[in-house]
Amino acid sequence: MPGLGGRMSTVIKAKISRMLDRAEDPGETLDYGYQKQVELLQNVKKGIADVVTSKKRLQMQSSKLEQQIVKLDTQARQALSQNREDLARLALERKTLAQTELQSLDSQVKELEGQQEALTANEQKLRQKIEQFRTKKEVIKAQYSAAEAQVRISEAANGVGEQMADLGLAIQRAEDKTETMRARASAVEELEKAGTFEDLSQLGGGQDDIDRQLSELTSGVQVDDELAKMKAELGQGGGDAPALEQGEEKA
Amino acid sequence: MIVRIAGEGQFRLPDEDAGRLNELDNRAVAAVEQGDETGFRELWSQMLELVANDGNTLDDEELVESDVILPPRDITFAEARGEFTGDGLIPD
Repeated sequence: MPGLGGRMSTVIKAKISRMLDRAEDPGETLDYGYQKQVELLQNVKKGIADVVTSKKRLQMQSSKLEQQIVKLDTQARQALSQNREDLARLALERKTLAQTELQSLDSQVKELEGQQEALTANEQKLRQKIEQFRTKKEVIKAQYSAAEAQVRISEAANGVGEQMADLGLAIQRAEDKTETMRARASAVEELEKAGTFEDLSQLGGGQDDIDRQLSELTSGVQVDDELAKMKAELGQGGGDAPALEQGEEKA
Repeated sequence: MIVRIAGEGQFRLPDEDAGRLNELDNRAVAAVEQGDETGFRELWSQMLELVANDGNTLDDEELVESDVILPPRDITFAEARGEFTGDGLIPD
């Protein structure tokens, strides 16, 4: 059977028919088939648990980014109040980058949550089918001759196999997605390790590779706007900005 | 006719729908081959609609194989390029 699910179910079918060929006694085949299904269900549960773990890790990454954003904002203000516009700009560029990462991370976590719900519902279906197979195998053993039983076993086993293949594919897709997300998240981690989000006071004024990368990545306009706003708040704005006197208390 | 939407479940459709589904499938293949994503999206949602409107959800306890397996609802165009080729999902 062609199709995305089809390829998978062909593989499963091949496995099942090999499995069915192995045992001569249909009763034995049935018990073995059921046992295999229960085993595979355990794998499936593990697969879903992995998706949940990945999601949690990404959520942690996202809250770490939130903290970084606050920190960088504070650093930009500090730099500006010490008349270090160059450092303030640097901090704001990094803040913009962190915000962009955060947005994309958050929306991907949401998507993953949806997938997780679908996987759980799918697992429930599979569990029902396996339970049904268990009942059916006793009926087949009791009521049919060996030849007839073989046909009915194939039907029932393939019905379960298809559901299993379907869930396998869904897990695979969710895992692929978390892989992509993990790669992205670890790129942010790399930037952190390289000092991108570290204390700005440790940085000189010179541009390093990361800075150049950042300038390319972040929107200059957004940084300029934010810098102007911050200056105005700190009372360093030009004549056109609603300047506050330094040290003046905000109401 | 039994149709599965990957990741969702199985549906029983009247056999008359096979022709209509096949036609949409073939047109979807043509759209994919031409790189026409908008066209593909339109046809794909028509295929899903046909299953939703005419199909009855199969009980979770039924152990039957599907005649046709449709890809997941949220299939990307890149994935569709791998699936909607040649005879499509339903061979003629």
